[in-house]
Amino acid sequence: MLLAKVVGTVVATVKDPGLLGQKLLVIQPLTPSGEPNGSRLVALDAVGVGVSERVFYVRGKEASFSFLPDHVPADAGIVGKVDSIDEGRS
Amino acid sequence: MILGRVTGSVVATAKHYKLEGCKLLLVQPIGPQGDARGVPMLAVDGVDAGEGDRVLVVQEGKCASMVSGRADSPLDAAIVAVVDAVELE
Repeated sequence: MLLAKVVGTVVATVKDPGLLGQKLLVIQPLTPSGEPNGSRLVALDAVGVGVSERVFYVRGKEASFSFLPDHVPADAGIVGKVDSIDEGRS
Repeated sequence: MILGRVTGSVVATAKHYKLEGCKLLLVQPIGPQGDARGVPMLAVDGVDAGEGDRVLVVQEGKCASMVSGRADSPLDAAIVAVVDAVELE
């Protein structure tokens, strides 16, 4: 999984039936210290997060596992909201 | 699998139910000589790795689900070993 920040939402009326009822969020991947890291992407929200929140997301077919038994065509899915990141001295 | 070094941990109360009880560690991918390679990631800890440990990370959902113990978990990385030594020719 990778860290990211929610930076926006996507509205799509015409879409694959598997995406009906799913929340589409624009996320910016981040490094643990909060710098942008790579380009923005659209991910499904499996947790219930909002814009500007720090999250972590899963990539690939595993992103669709969040919605089983429904078959949702997704390759990026938010699976957690970050409360805190503890980075030691090492 | 890739080599990595545990650099910290992440606390997330609100998460997918299949991730409950999973310890989420921050891992910096490294080369065999320990040089940082790429972006830190989150991985489920399957071997009680600690901060600073050199570890082996599997980056695939089905395997990560084996480590978390719940089939079809929305996970894509898991720590499967703490590395004692790496020997190269």
